[in-house]
Amino acid sequence: MTPWFQVGPLDDIPHLGSRVVRTPRGNIAVFRTDGDEVFALDDRCPHKQGPLSQGIVHGRRVTCPLHNFVIELATGQAVAPDQGCTPSYPAKVEDGVVWLSLQQTAAA
Amino acid sequence: MLDKTIKQKLVVIGNGMAGIRTVEALLERAPDLYDISVFGAEPYGNYNRILLSPVLAGEKTVDDIILNTEQWYADNQITLHQGETVTMIDRRTCEVVTEQGERYPYDRLLIATGSNPIVLPVPGAALPGVIGFRDIKDVEHMVEASTQHRHAVVIGGGLLGLEAANGLMKRGMKVTVVHLLDTLMERQLDPVAGGMLRKSLEERGLEFKMPAQTQTILGETHVSGVRFTDGTEVAADLVVMAVGIRPNIELAKKAGLHCERGIVVSDTMQTYDGRIYAVGECVQHRRQTYGLVAPLFDQAKVCANHLAMKGFATYDGSVVSTKLKVTGIDLFSAGDFAPGPDKEEIVLQDANRGVYKRIILRDKKIVGTVLYGDTIDGPWYFQHMRDGTDVSHMRERLVFGSAHLGDGGHGGQNSIAAMSDDAEICGCNGVCKGAIVQAISEKKLFTLDDVRAHTKASSSCGSCTGLVEQVLAFTLGGDYSAAPKVKPVCACTDHSHDDVRRVIVEQQLKSIPDVMRFMDWKTPNGCHSCRPALNYYLLATWPGEYRDDQQSRFINERVHANIQKDGTYSVVPRMWGGVTTPSELRAIADVADKFNIPTVKVTGGQRIDLLGVKKEDLPAVWADLNEAGMVSGHAYAKGLRTVKTCVGSEWCRFGTQDSTGLGIKIEKFMWGSWTPAKVKLAVSGCPRNCAESTCKDVGVICVDSGYEIHFAGAAGLHIKGTEFLTKTATEDEALEIIVALTQLYREQGWYLERMYKWCDRVGFDNIHKQVVDDVTNRKALFERFAYSQQFSQSDPWAARARRGVDRNEFTPMAELELA
Repeated sequence: MTPWFQVGPLDDIPHLGSRVVRTPRGNIAVFRTDGDEVFALDDRCPHKQGPLSQGIVHGRRVTCPLHNFVIELATGQAVAPDQGCTPSYPAKVEDGVVWLSLQQTAAA
Repeated sequence: MLDKTIKQKLVVIGNGMAGIRTVEALLERAPDLYDISVFGAEPYGNYNRILLSPVLAGEKTVDDIILNTEQWYADNQITLHQGETVTMIDRRTCEVVTEQGERYPYDRLLIATGSNPIVLPVPGAALPGVIGFRDIKDVEHMVEASTQHRHAVVIGGGLLGLEAANGLMKRGMKVTVVHLLDTLMERQLDPVAGGMLRKSLEERGLEFKMPAQTQTILGETHVSGVRFTDGTEVAADLVVMAVGIRPNIELAKKAGLHCERGIVVSDTMQTYDGRIYAVGECVQHRRQTYGLVAPLFDQAKVCANHLAMKGFATYDGSVVSTKLKVTGIDLFSAGDFAPGPDKEEIVLQDANRGVYKRIILRDKKIVGTVLYGDTIDGPWYFQHMRDGTDVSHMRERLVFGSAHLGDGGHGGQNSIAAMSDDAEICGCNGVCKGAIVQAISEKKLFTLDDVRAHTKASSSCGSCTGLVEQVLAFTLGGDYSAAPKVKPVCACTDHSHDDVRRVIVEQQLKSIPDVMRFMDWKTPNGCHSCRPALNYYLLATWPGEYRDDQQSRFINERVHANIQKDGTYSVVPRMWGGVTTPSELRAIADVADKFNIPTVKVTGGQRIDLLGVKKEDLPAVWADLNEAGMVSGHAYAKGLRTVKTCVGSEWCRFGTQDSTGLGIKIEKFMWGSWTPAKVKLAVSGCPRNCAESTCKDVGVICVDSGYEIHFAGAAGLHIKGTEFLTKTATEDEALEIIVALTQLYREQGWYLERMYKWCDRVGFDNIHKQVVDDVTNRKALFERFAYSQQFSQSDPWAARARRGVDRNEFTPMAELELA
């Protein structure tokens, strides 16, 4: 079983925004969409390791602040024609609380 | 209602670029609407006909230019009837009939039969060894001939003929080009440029016979030569007729569709039979036929839109430009350049350097351009031509092109023809010419945006856009950027920046979701391009009323610092007019020590940059700087940045006015204001201009009798000297004009459009009228700026350091200990 970690109330993340969760393996960016879905990705763009948590969130995507790579929140995949993939992690909301697993989702 | 199981049948006659591009566009818009079948006479999938010349020249193979493989047709459930020729359209029963007598029904029919090469009606035209230059078969024929024979004659000195001749010559043949007129490519070139082209082709080894009219093609069982009306003869084992193309309208004519030179279509690409559409070289639209690819693509888009039953698009005709795809020759032509009484010409000719430029104006607008030797500015002229820009203000410099020549980052190159494949074109992203050419061929790219997306070339600073457009044009033989006249804000909408700004005001829209809803945005909440733009427009339109949306701001403006490549930030406190004090400097030094800030650097805007600050340290760094009386320098903002000054009359023996004092006064009045793009100012105390005022967005040059106000300069991507706006006698008047000018820019500028580009777009005269001549208007602009300042002049650093604004932004949400 994948252990889940409680990381805080959903309202701590702005709509169409992101917060960082520090882990021993590096920062994980937790995103919140307009429709209150949450997603978690390594806070590193596959392009030049830009911090995705600092990007603009739109739909179910985030744009890296360094060079405008657009990354799918659900899979970590760069949107074509850009190429690359960022590791993603399971995340969920229960009773207004965000939970995160550190078990990497299998790379697509 | 449409039954999903019984789709309508779309039959496409013609498996060429126009037909298949339409199908592709249709699949994007309505993938499940039709059962599609395609008839193609050639035994290949769709290929890129414009790249036949490089195949002939041995620079590419047939496989390189295939656009859609058989697999593509299968993947999209398209039935491809390869090598099956449609011989009849039965409009009564709505069926097409093939050579084999098979009948296929259609609900909608698309005719994309292209064109045929014109065969001269001279004796011997049917001899073996006489061919056109139109398809892969012709190219294969020519390649084979080049291995067995020595002499080739190309009849026709137009684009196609010259490319054929060049290819055959490269394959080792001795080639004579025969042309009816005394100017090569007379449809694209004037006599001077035509002469230069002829000279350089002769230097490469081509021979010309012109003007000359072909009388007979000689030979018994195979061509052996050509005789001309003047009685002379040239030996030939191969004759290529490239005298032009004729729309292929046989089928349509037989079916009783109205045809003139081409199949006559409406603005929706429909023939006189509403069920039957036509696109490409076979059509005639508003009396025009086209033989280049860009118009076909425009038509394809409109046609697909209608087939997808989204019938709102119309085709209004295309303006086209041409490039000759002969390696080493730079030639660009666009528009109408026949002399006329209502036309004016600007000509630059430098025969030794091999440069010729001719720009034809009518009614203050560019209507035609011929460039030879130096074609870097081709796309720039073409853009102004399509946009119908009034160029009277830049007339004296027009012939020298845009500021491209002053641009850095590509080694001063302004001609791609001479560049080797490993020459770097995009200095930002390290993209070489070869990589761009390869991407265009392999990934089948046609537009500037395609190239940007796939190679990143010209996607950062954009200063190499002209070069990339040239590579594109050179590889494909024309300008395929064909940007629509009105550019949408981004892919999320079809509306332009102007539309959005206007509608926000007219409809009193006061939030981003409201704008998106009202204007039918295609995405649920925009993207990184449109959201910051909308946020700015709302902020500038409704000061004090609109609540700034932090999530729609780029990170730098959201956290009031500049993100660096490693994810740390840089901090630049404001130094009014570039003046500082020992205690400020001490405070900066203390902050740098306390927070282990690795780099302290003096900026170009006369202040100090602290680089490498960790995000979580930002509020504490700001608190210490605030403590010493310093506020944010907005070095990250699309807003007022710096007012650079020289020391002026207070110290300088040449100073005429207190330039430092005026600079500080301006900065104190204008700081904190948001603008479409960054705004940099300078005030120089005398015409020696030590503050470099004449390359700023707004610059003041003090003179003994007052203050000269200049604006619309740039010294970054583009180098551009300022325009002189006006001169005032007093500081207050100068301030009023500068503020009013900035406000006009705030109200009219497109997001990310620098002041010099705004000036270029709306026109100097227009701005001068509103800011200088019309005093009432100037005062009103000034008042609107002043009003909005009361909401924007509060230090964002203090808000975050002292009052805990956006506290969540600077701390992690959680720290997990477990691995």
